[in-house]
Amino acid sequence: MKFAVVNFPGSNCDMDLYYAIKDGIKEEVELVDYRKTSLAGFDGVLIPGGFSYGDYLRSGAIAVHAPIISEIVRFANEGKFVLGICNGFQILTELHLLPGALIQNEKSRFICETVTLQVMNNQTIFTNRYTENEKIRIPVAHGEGRYYCDEQTLEELKANDQIVFRYDENINGSVDQIAGVMNRQGNVLGMMPHPERALEDIVGSSDGLKLFQSIINQVRVNN
Amino acid sequence: MKLVKVYVTLKPSVLDAQGEAIKSAIQTMDYDKVSGVHMGKYFELNFEDYPDLEKDIDTICDNLLTNPNIETYRYEIMEAE
Repeated sequence: MKFAVVNFPGSNCDMDLYYAIKDGIKEEVELVDYRKTSLAGFDGVLIPGGFSYGDYLRSGAIAVHAPIISEIVRFANEGKFVLGICNGFQILTELHLLPGALIQNEKSRFICETVTLQVMNNQTIFTNRYTENEKIRIPVAHGEGRYYCDEQTLEELKANDQIVFRYDENINGSVDQIAGVMNRQGNVLGMMPHPERALEDIVGSSDGLKLFQSIINQVRVNN
Repeated sequence: MKLVKVYVTLKPSVLDAQGEAIKSAIQTMDYDKVSGVHMGKYFELNFEDYPDLEKDIDTICDNLLTNPNIETYRYEIMEAE
């Protein structure tokens, strides 16, 4: 399997993701510059955290107009997996590949700590190695991570099992304590917490590893 | 030449965390009659004058300057000096 990690100006978790794939699950991975116009040869795409374009205008808003974006949309539409973490999640909502939006934390404070999440749906490409309702410890680092959607969208998310992760404690004021959602087709996931920072016990948690193992697991089953 | 002034604010249904923080700061300055603060964004765009100008402004606002899920906008068009 070959993963693409898309690198925007201001991305800063690209190498964490790169090593999560290379050393964490020992699969092939390449960094792809935002100016490229093709993702040919890749099986899926990862959009890293950071501050693309300095978070100018709104988090993720400028990245949506980068040359590589049309390929990310193509991957999403073709059912290939797309994972956006933190700023990557913000980019996916700005692209409308995922519903809702990420806005400033309720208490206007940058939150940087390891939090407990609950796996709400373990029947996905991204979570099949977790158990249902499993509680996992994953770091967060964001100032604009409050998930917002209107009531109708929330009902749809619930009805279609699109809420993948919830915060055990609502750290940022997110609607329904949502930490991660996927699209209706189930091939695009966005999440504010950073699983790529939780791959080894020596850094505090290895609970993120199963997310990447899940992708491998699912793709191998499909093939 | 036209000058377009665009004002973007959060929808009323979305908690304006910065506006609330500013409000509480104003209240600590003893201006206790201030009952609401809403923070937004302001843009100035310069355009050539042409017939479909408003249509283009709407498209730019919908697709870049705002996120319609959380924000609304209004604008004024005036002669550029």
